[in-house]
Amino acid sequence: MPATERTEVFDPLAKPKKAGLGDIPKGSDALTEVGRLMTVCNSCRYCEGLCAVFPAMIARRDFPDGDLNYLANLCHNCGACFYDCQFSPPHEFNVNVPKAMSRARAESYQAYAWPRIFSGLFARNGLAISVIAALSVAGFIAGFAAWNDPTILYGTHTGPGAFYKLMPHNAMVALFGAVFLYAILASIMGARLFWRDIGEPAVTLTQTNPLWQAMKDAGKLRYLDGGGADCQADENDTPDHRRFYHHCTFYGFMLCLAATSVATLYHYLLGREAPYPWYDLPVVLGTIGGIGLLIGPVGLLRAKFVRDPDMLDKDRFGMDVAFLAMLFFTSLTGLALLVLRETPAMGLLLALHLGVVFGLFFTMPYGKFVHGIYRYMALVRYAKESYRP
Amino acid sequence: MILARYHCKLSADTAIKDPNPEKERILGEMTDLNQKFDVLVIGGGNAALCAAISARLEGASVLVLERAKKFYRGGNTRHTRNMRCAHDEATDTLTGPYPEDELFEDLLRVTEGETDEELARHMIHESKDMLNWIVEQGVKFQPPLGGTLGLGRTNSFFLGGGRAMLNALYNTADRIGVTVQYEAEVTALDIQDGMFVSATARIDGKDLNIRAGALVAAAGGFESNIDWLEEYWGEAARNFLIRGTANNQGSVLKMLLDAGVQQIGDPTQCHAVAIDARAPKYDGGIITRLDCVVFGIVVNKHAKRFYDEGEDIWPKRYAIWGRLVAQQPDQIAYIVFDHSVLTKFMPSLFPPIKADTITELAEKLQIPATSLDETVADFNAAVIDGTFDHTVLDDCRTEGLDPPKTHWAQRLETPPFYAYPVRPGITFTYLGTRVNKEARIQMADGKPAANMFAAGEIMSGNVLGKGYAAGIGMTIGSVFGRIAGREAAHNARN
Repeated sequence: MPATERTEVFDPLAKPKKAGLGDIPKGSDALTEVGRLMTVCNSCRYCEGLCAVFPAMIARRDFPDGDLNYLANLCHNCGACFYDCQFSPPHEFNVNVPKAMSRARAESYQAYAWPRIFSGLFARNGLAISVIAALSVAGFIAGFAAWNDPTILYGTHTGPGAFYKLMPHNAMVALFGAVFLYAILASIMGARLFWRDIGEPAVTLTQTNPLWQAMKDAGKLRYLDGGGADCQADENDTPDHRRFYHHCTFYGFMLCLAATSVATLYHYLLGREAPYPWYDLPVVLGTIGGIGLLIGPVGLLRAKFVRDPDMLDKDRFGMDVAFLAMLFFTSLTGLALLVLRETPAMGLLLALHLGVVFGLFFTMPYGKFVHGIYRYMALVRYAKESYRP
Repeated sequence: MILARYHCKLSADTAIKDPNPEKERILGEMTDLNQKFDVLVIGGGNAALCAAISARLEGASVLVLERAKKFYRGGNTRHTRNMRCAHDEATDTLTGPYPEDELFEDLLRVTEGETDEELARHMIHESKDMLNWIVEQGVKFQPPLGGTLGLGRTNSFFLGGGRAMLNALYNTADRIGVTVQYEAEVTALDIQDGMFVSATARIDGKDLNIRAGALVAAAGGFESNIDWLEEYWGEAARNFLIRGTANNQGSVLKMLLDAGVQQIGDPTQCHAVAIDARAPKYDGGIITRLDCVVFGIVVNKHAKRFYDEGEDIWPKRYAIWGRLVAQQPDQIAYIVFDHSVLTKFMPSLFPPIKADTITELAEKLQIPATSLDETVADFNAAVIDGTFDHTVLDDCRTEGLDPPKTHWAQRLETPPFYAYPVRPGITFTYLGTRVNKEARIQMADGKPAANMFAAGEIMSGNVLGKGYAAGIGMTIGSVFGRIAGREAAHNARN
């Protein structure tokens, strides 16, 4: 049939609308872009040695939405592939894996939020978290003021049980126990949605090898180093030390959690009431952790400003900053309380600290915190997939 | 080390993505380009940077003139992935020894003898230390993984690929004080009796006269120069796609040859593979290549087969298909296969064109449907059943078909059917400048040039007169780059 009789306008030599646009799954724009990139990257594979994402990609040929969400959450956003890629912008193939993954990740957090009604909190996360934190702080201050006589609120209290003069221990336990359990429940529900979405069977979570391997990989932030490449010193380099600061933040947070746990055991098992002297275990753990939680978030925030703007997903800036700020203020108010606990400022500082901590726990399932859960789970799946006995 | 990594990434950051384009220019102005440098390196790829670093390490002052913008720096090195160096033992990143003799035999086989044995053996010997030297310059290798194409014993793969390798070399060059000028096209060379005097470079719209004690020409081949290709290929060259950047114009090569430098390599020849016809004109790189010829049949625009698709194991005959397609009308061909083999080869950038019947596929491809039906029917009828194994020369073949498909012949019968349109994708050219073991350019009269050296693709024809072996181009670039830089530095200072 001569070409002139053809009714069809299909041009076999026309570039598909988006380079690399194969049988791309229907999803959000962010996911579509990740799908496009995985098609591009899978036909190159030069980055296979950089991290877990590319080997996981190589193991696949088609990329349904669930797998794209898995890959997006597996990405640690180190940025190595962006600089190593011969097709990153301004190349017309516009391969920007860190940014696309970052966008898709942020969308996935929203998609997995539980209960659904709160998923909107991710939309303007910085604002949402600021408002909730402020309300929480205001609530504690108002509560303290309403329930306590000003002489008690602004009085000086020392010795065991000093804090409980302002808020009864049982009330504190009930309130924080509730919000803590809520955060855990909501996080588990989100994790369930993630696990289902990526299509991984529940049984994987009972296998010790992948769980342990992922624990090690997460604990060391193994995939935040772009394949173990270190480099020669150069006086012009401005290092951002993200891994160091993340360790400060994560282990600082864990130490603070440990401090609270030890204090709880002290209270119920040994009958010893807070506040504890500076050399006692809860205070030592909390102080070291608290210092980590001051240094870490500041360093991570700073890293955002020195990072290549081409890789930054500006839309999620608010979410990242909000979480860092919450951690920072948790620590700052806690340390201030430690230093000034024997002064009349204690009452307000306690309200402030409790307010921030309450806000932190309440917003945990609706903010950057969840990245740790989904990334750990993605690492579990990757460990299972890549396990070679 | 935790901290060192970030050090590294940020340095790449500042090196590659300059948020302040003005800064670069100011820096350029700060280094006085009017001063006389010891060594001028023209080019910005692997060979050029190895030469620049090597010359600088010998104490020479070095200027690198790179024609490309910063992002596109490095010519074909951008798209490379590994280098083939001899080594006596397995290492962390190589699975076994690769003796010098074996590398030489591999070279002899791919070039069918078109190599200068003395130079080749010298290069191979020097390649052994290259694995150490290049790492000292900051280049990282990765252990062999799934995607290393079965070359884990012979070839060293750059962690992150060729651009990562380039970034490392540029960082090192910067740190040790090599001056690099981007967007600096050399438009003229003043060469008198085999002696380089100066170069004219267009920088910021101005022509600057650049003087240096010695020249290292490392500016690649002429594969992106369609007019030049057309001299040998006629109008067909208009339909060629170029796998690297548009900067490989061969202008430095031409200036040198015009100045009486002895040429080497067949000027008409280039390394050409069949790549997706929908790829961009330039710089589509690795992701437009198609590994599926052996799995189907290849037809031209008349829907006729024209060559044995099962001649040899992929990728051994990878590079003949560019030439074969170049010889077909309109320089277009179509790899046609069916659903049964869809997932047997590396995916590529664009999806294949898909149809439920051969007739419909032909219509989509806009090639004669009856003819394609006939071609497929004839092929299917000629297939002799065997045991399919694409990793060996199996016994699946056709009988009584011209041209035959001698291995991996399987009927196209499982819908849907697919096709990739392909065109010749030009990787590099073979024409170059004659050099000796010092990488010193030889003049047409047989005398060595006084102060001119060459490294990389611009002289690869000395050792690679024909064919290709994965990673050999990078070996040529690094080894002769290092030698050229060292010799140029000595030459300039004596």
